[in-house]
Amino acid sequence: MRHDLAELSRVTPVRVMAVDAVSLEQRAAALAGRSLKREAKLGALDLAIRCTDYTTLEGADTPGRIVQLCAKAVRPDPSDHSIPSVAAVCVYPEMVPTAVGCLKGTSIGIASVAGAFPAGLGPLSARLEEIRWVVEQGATEVDMVLNRGAFLSGHYGVAFDEIAASKDASGAAHLKVILETGELGPYDQVRKASMLAMAAGADFIKTSTGKIGTSATLPVALCMAESIRDFAEQTGQAIGLKVAGGIRTAKQSWQYLVVIQETLGVEWMHPDRFRIGASSLLNELLLQLRTQQTGRYQSLDSFTDG
Amino acid sequence: MDLEPVKLQYATSRESTDIVHLEKSYGLFIDGKMVEPRSGAMFTSVNPATEEPLTQVAEAGSDDVDLAVAAARRAYEHGWRDLPGKERAKYVFRIARLLQERAREFAVLETIDGGKPIKESRDVDIPLAAAHFFYYAGWADKLGYAFPGRRPKPIGVAGQIIPWNFPLLMAAWKLAPALASGNTVVLKPAETTPLTALLLTEVLRDADLPPGVVNVLTGDGVAGAALVNHPGVDKIAFTGSTDVGKEIQRALAGTGKRLTLELGGKAANIVFEDAALDQAVEGVVNGIFFNQGHVCCAGSRLLLQEPIAEAFLDKLRSRMATLRVGDPLDKNTDVGAINSRQQLDKISSLVDAGVEEGAEMYQAPCPLPERGFWFRPTILTGVTPAHRVAQEEIFGPVLSVLTFRTPEEAVAKANNTRYGLSAGVWTEKGSKILWMADRLRAGVVWENTFNRFDPASPFGGFRESGFGREGGVQGLAPYLALEAIDA
Amino acid sequence: MPDGGRLDVRKTYKLFIGGEFPRSESGRAYEVDGVWASQASRKDVRDAVRAARSATGGWRAKTAYNRGQILYRIAEVLETRASELVAEGSTEEEVAAAVDRWVWYAGVTDKINAIFGTVNPVAGPYFDFTVAEPVGVVGVAAPDEPPLLGITSRLAPVLAGGSTAVVIASETHPRTAIALAEVIATSDVPGGVVNILTGHKAELLPWLASHLDVDSLDLTGAPDGMLTALEAAAADGVTRTVRAADPLGQSPYEVTAFMEMKTVWHPIGQ
Repeated sequence: MRHDLAELSRVTPVRVMAVDAVSLEQRAAALAGRSLKREAKLGALDLAIRCTDYTTLEGADTPGRIVQLCAKAVRPDPSDHSIPSVAAVCVYPEMVPTAVGCLKGTSIGIASVAGAFPAGLGPLSARLEEIRWVVEQGATEVDMVLNRGAFLSGHYGVAFDEIAASKDASGAAHLKVILETGELGPYDQVRKASMLAMAAGADFIKTSTGKIGTSATLPVALCMAESIRDFAEQTGQAIGLKVAGGIRTAKQSWQYLVVIQETLGVEWMHPDRFRIGASSLLNELLLQLRTQQTGRYQSLDSFTDG
Repeated sequence: MDLEPVKLQYATSRESTDIVHLEKSYGLFIDGKMVEPRSGAMFTSVNPATEEPLTQVAEAGSDDVDLAVAAARRAYEHGWRDLPGKERAKYVFRIARLLQERAREFAVLETIDGGKPIKESRDVDIPLAAAHFFYYAGWADKLGYAFPGRRPKPIGVAGQIIPWNFPLLMAAWKLAPALASGNTVVLKPAETTPLTALLLTEVLRDADLPPGVVNVLTGDGVAGAALVNHPGVDKIAFTGSTDVGKEIQRALAGTGKRLTLELGGKAANIVFEDAALDQAVEGVVNGIFFNQGHVCCAGSRLLLQEPIAEAFLDKLRSRMATLRVGDPLDKNTDVGAINSRQQLDKISSLVDAGVEEGAEMYQAPCPLPERGFWFRPTILTGVTPAHRVAQEEIFGPVLSVLTFRTPEEAVAKANNTRYGLSAGVWTEKGSKILWMADRLRAGVVWENTFNRFDPASPFGGFRESGFGREGGVQGLAPYLALEAIDA
Repeated sequence: MPDGGRLDVRKTYKLFIGGEFPRSESGRAYEVDGVWASQASRKDVRDAVRAARSATGGWRAKTAYNRGQILYRIAEVLETRASELVAEGSTEEEVAAAVDRWVWYAGVTDKINAIFGTVNPVAGPYFDFTVAEPVGVVGVAAPDEPPLLGITSRLAPVLAGGSTAVVIASETHPRTAIALAEVIATSDVPGGVVNILTGHKAELLPWLASHLDVDSLDLTGAPDGMLTALEAAAADGVTRTVRAADPLGQSPYEVTAFMEMKTVWHPIGQ
């Protein structure tokens, strides 16, 4: 035990504190109960769209699928040109070249998962090579996974070093580190993993791969937001938060925005510091936006497939 | 960053008051009916958030107290005392259920009468009140199991005097165990918050509670004193200030009347360096700003272990900056109105004294409404045990901050008070938290949490915070005479 | 010269404070039953309360089992010295009853929280428990009669619950009280846990009642006429007052009369 903690403090010179689960969950529930002004709802929906990493990560993905995805990423609602583009698309490595072609001339980011996603348990050299390859192909963002095997067995140095090496391999692309919070256990661990990832060089910490049963939850997001706040206070560095998986409704998206605002403040209410990884959520956001604007409930059929 | 960050504005999500129907005036509830006070005197109940008058309420005098006590005595002797426990239980269950039916109405009324945020009256006060009735209803026909070797009998007529900080909840804390154990009651709500007790009389009538079993006399200290001194009352239960509690104890000397007191506090909320600090911040905020700090068990002294003191205060100040003070009916409001002008003046003067004595003040930078009684959440740092603000109960949203180095020092500072109601401890180390709980001289010790209440959990103080417990099986004892069962 | 030729050495009846036997600081004594008993003053009350307060930490920190063993030791020593107590004015039956009472209370120390402690099923993710804790310093007005069983019946429960005592002894039977003190002094009871003052109740009880460092007052043995004044004096410090319905009663409720409930909450979470 002492060996692991010493190793942890070697690699994360930042102070890592404990988290009380009961109190954290109560705070998240209280924040979820905030109600927004109508204008604020419109602003929140618009922001949520602008913060979306529009994602497809299926074995059945084809270039044709990517073309469709990118078109919607640029113009989420062909009938309403006031709707902004999303922040980025998120795809598998093989699909990066197609995405690059579709999104030329736009400022939409191209995020690729890389590094033996989602388990992350391949040979390190191959994982780093995958990262270098996607960046060469034009990816502007890399979503890697934390090595949970190393982390959960207490080999924090190994986990740290892999992230640092991945950051190197990413070059100019920004690096998101997926913690896969559903596998980490208590919030104490989420906090520890967050601090470790940030200290090792992550530009964003991300909740989930979306590939296991448990994805983003409001308490986990709150825990990670508190970690980011603490890291910022201790080092002066502002790291972003990405919530992914399980966010399907507009209401959920603005609950996450409330958590961000109340914990990190208004500077984080921007796609440079907050992302939502989602696919079906985009149409939900569009539907809610049109409902708020017209005062009429909408049908999903009014919106295009992406 | 080419785009401006977006700031979300919360909606003024105002709870409607349509559900509340206030009469122009209210009488006294004696022997199952609303009656005019003998003297005809009335006084106005005011909404502290707006300073607007709400309604006229009767001012009970000693004649009214005589009538109410006589009604309670009749009801006790001719029915209630000898009613089988299981029938008594059903009355009390009815009250619980009716409270749940009309929960929203009670919550809104509690907020406009007393100034507490609707979020609290709706989520804490009213549900807990209903839960207390439900809990004690379950004991009514099981009293034989409560005290081994003893046959419990009711005492008789109980006089109960309750405060303005949790009006309906305090009424429930008093009425539920008294009724369940077979006593009858004369209840005197606080002067500034009579309305939910008066609405409760509707519930009592709907429950078909026999006339005289519960009588409600609104009024001020005069009515309270008359009740305390009335020879026809067998037991007094009082929740309020320590000074008044002592007066009552003095007045009862030699009378043989039973007494329980729930008085003031100056609880220490102790944060160790190995605490889950972000959650401790939440606990500290809840501990002193919940219900505007109008809480006898409020964590009004923050004891910070020196290594994390500055970092903790930074987090606390940032968190305080997000507190919303304002319209108590707005669901987004965190801190409501101060209960009355007198209370506001008292808080202000104590805070001024603290600053004069050398403490540094930080106040949440929130806007305050024009009308009404408001005080910004405040912390006073650089406080030492010798400061008045470290010793005297402020009963407002004001936190005095002290530091310590070791657990022994924390215990010594925490216990260095005439009070002994509650305490909070924040640390992730199990053995230390139990060590602290053992040594803290407080009737309730909250560990890694604060301001938790439950009808199954006994609550009450040590030393000058009073004696007797409310809640749990222990909460039955004050309302029973325990006869020995011969072996 | 007495018949038989030997002059006896008469006993001096002093106070019992802090494990020692001082005379009253006032230097006074009063005559009762043919002997002089020390007449305690308000300063002796003050000293006794101070001794009792100092002793609370250590007495409370002992395990209930340990306290039980000490009370049992009192019974053992009392049994051995039965004849002394008879010489001071008790009947053999009374001494036997007193010994049995000390034994009874020795056996209840570690059972109180089994009977009265609770784990409370609160409606939330919290472990919530309530334990009975000693109130602290108890001022005891011992019943005047019977000489030994009276003081035993009121003192034993105070000790069994983990509190310390300042006893104002029976005015008519101070010798028995001091004999009991001698038993206690040789029974592994830490100094200050029991303090016994002989003297006049009318003089001493008001000082005990108004003392802010006394946590609880047992008025079972107080004269009826003093009750109102004593209870009123106790109000200044919110001092608890107890008056047992049966001065010679024996039950766990006599113990819990000098205990108070502490409730503890802790969240249950990962």
